[in-house]
Amino acid sequence: MKKFRMLFVILFVFSVFLTACNNSDESSGTDDSGEETSSKLEIFSWWTGAGEEDGLLALIELFEDKYPDIEVENAAVAGGAGTNAKAVLASRMQGNDPPSTFQVHGGEELNASWVAAGKMEPLNDLYEQEGWNDKFPQDLIDMVSVDGNIYSVPVNIHRSNVLWYNKKIFEENGLSAPTTFDEFFDVADQLKEKGITPLALGDKEPWTATHVFENILLAKLGPEDYGKLWTGELSFTDSKVVEAAEIFAKMLGYINDDHSSRNWQDASQLVANGEAAMNIMGDWAKGYFVNDLQLKVNEDFGYVPTPETDGYFMVVTDTFGLPKGVENPDDVKKFLSVLGSVEGQDAFNPLKGSIPARIDADKSKYDEYGQDAMADFSSSTLAPSLAHGSAAPEGFLTRVNQAINIFVTQLDVDQFIDSLETAAQDL
Amino acid sequence: MEPEKRSILGTEPVLKVKKRKKFTKDQWMAILFLSPSIIILGIFVYGFIGWTGYVSLSNWNTIVPDFSFVGLKNYLYLFTDFRFQADLRNTLAFTILFIGLVIFLGLGLGILLDQKMVRGESIFRNIFFFPMALSFVVTGVVWQWLLNPSTGVNLFLEKIGLEPKWYTDTTILASFQWGKIEFGLPVAIVAVVIAAVWQMTGFSLAMYLAGLRGIPDELREAARMDGCTEFQLYWKVIIPLLKPITMSVVIMMAHISLKIFDLVYAMTGPGANFVTDVPGVYMFETTFRGNYYANGAAIAIIMLLSVAIFIIPYLWSSRRGNA
Repeated sequence: MKKFRMLFVILFVFSVFLTACNNSDESSGTDDSGEETSSKLEIFSWWTGAGEEDGLLALIELFEDKYPDIEVENAAVAGGAGTNAKAVLASRMQGNDPPSTFQVHGGEELNASWVAAGKMEPLNDLYEQEGWNDKFPQDLIDMVSVDGNIYSVPVNIHRSNVLWYNKKIFEENGLSAPTTFDEFFDVADQLKEKGITPLALGDKEPWTATHVFENILLAKLGPEDYGKLWTGELSFTDSKVVEAAEIFAKMLGYINDDHSSRNWQDASQLVANGEAAMNIMGDWAKGYFVNDLQLKVNEDFGYVPTPETDGYFMVVTDTFGLPKGVENPDDVKKFLSVLGSVEGQDAFNPLKGSIPARIDADKSKYDEYGQDAMADFSSSTLAPSLAHGSAAPEGFLTRVNQAINIFVTQLDVDQFIDSLETAAQDL
Repeated sequence: MEPEKRSILGTEPVLKVKKRKKFTKDQWMAILFLSPSIIILGIFVYGFIGWTGYVSLSNWNTIVPDFSFVGLKNYLYLFTDFRFQADLRNTLAFTILFIGLVIFLGLGLGILLDQKMVRGESIFRNIFFFPMALSFVVTGVVWQWLLNPSTGVNLFLEKIGLEPKWYTDTTILASFQWGKIEFGLPVAIVAVVIAAVWQMTGFSLAMYLAGLRGIPDELREAARMDGCTEFQLYWKVIIPLLKPITMSVVIMMAHISLKIFDLVYAMTGPGANFVTDVPGVYMFETTFRGNYYANGAAIAIIMLLSVAIFIIPYLWSSRRGNA
């Protein structure tokens, strides 16, 4: 009994101590927030990798130089393609605790979720005040607009319809980069005969296979019909979609055996060290080639648009918006105006490896690939990427990724078209 | 103190008063200290189980909450879904292999250690028990490296002409088609089972070793006197005596294997053709990537029920045992 009493006393003291700790934490917390929360700017993103983090920090530094009295908090959540960050963001938004501003891909990832949920403030007056309406391409502004209201500011552009190839392999075998699918299969056959894997794929995360498929879709349908897929105007049973699926199935006969244990970097690496000849990936692969693997543009690796997509530009754009209910909307707008300025975009993009979303940025700050991409960006028809959440809502994309995952193994075109059609009912 | 008093007075009423007083005070203390955790448990466990069940019957399949009632639609969808059918097959294969191996290896190693067949028992006990200290995520990452088709153990196997694909293999052994999917044993799941068994064998070893130590030597001697061989001694006497321990190990392992997420997520993800997908991973991706909250809730409820199938009979039998 005595022992127990002792135990109770200890427990009691301990719990009082704990609550006391809690209280003091809370009170000091309110002290802080009383003065500082109103001016603390929380920037939420998933930029924690090598080049992307450097870009973000450069941008924050630029902002802090301009507005030294605003405290910035870099609330980046690690995880490839934002898989973890998006889950964290969803719970914060639903709990009415939005970050001051957050990274979101332009297109349906923004429009079908946060704008549709009524969680975003329109930024039309900011665009007018900064004179941005003719500085960003109209196609791009349309991607971040719903019913004439603009909801976010694009900071960068990635091109996702690029075929990367190992220059040495192509030169040694007297081949040239394919521009049509016939050429692609011709080249692939020759490479296969020589014992070189023609196409590298790393679909441990199925979005990379979706990425290849959407490239073929764009090639076969063209930007206009491609766009109609997501509005329901064109059915997935259309003969051109079936043709795209057949080409995709044929292509999968030329990939590396261990594709399902590799991620996109591992696949790019196969091209970099000459084990595979080609790779279809967005131009973040260039950042990986140049920054991580120390390869030289147009010397070690070359690039062309994915076959039959010349003149089209599959866009992945990172944008930042203003959520409803933040305490310091004016500070957020100040940050967005730096983000959308020429200076801001040129501080960020060369480090991240992307190109600026503005058409009047300083070309001399970008490498050879970047300059090519900038020229293409201003002259091509833009198309939103499905694999990166711009073309269709996340839910549909999840279903497509599932269908792709099955297709890569079973290669059953009918079943694949069937499951795409079923998934499209949710659009 | 108390027994002395009782022996002096030795009457019932005193005893009753004493008993009641002691009881209420204890109860009071117990309520005081337990109530916060009971309330928290009630809200955050049972409340949210109820909430999940409610969501699973709703139409909340976008980022915008929508609680309109749709009945069992989300459940019906799952049972016609290729991926979920694959998940059920994988879970079944994983559970059988995992529990079987953990028990077999744990018992085998336990007997070896108990037999003093190996010296330095404590060293071996620690070696086998240490993996338990790791999180499943770490185990997953390590085994992913080890079993990667182009690195790790495969470099040795390649030299003798074997090139196993481990977790990237998409073949399904002894397969037969039922509904949309192939049933059978997916080869890739074996890779995940190896990692899980490596982690959990130490636990069953420790349990069995404790059990073996608890069996009195007299019993063994008596059996030997009756002419038992060592094999018969284990098969007919000792292993039956370890049945309660086997029960506990099965229950522990069953709930781990039915709700496994972290190991699979870190090691293989869903795998090509969903050969290594499990309901936990599907639930996570559906809910937090696809924003299909109602579908995700339905998967969670099915997982809960599958664990309950194991746990409830156990709770029932242990309650009867106590009474």
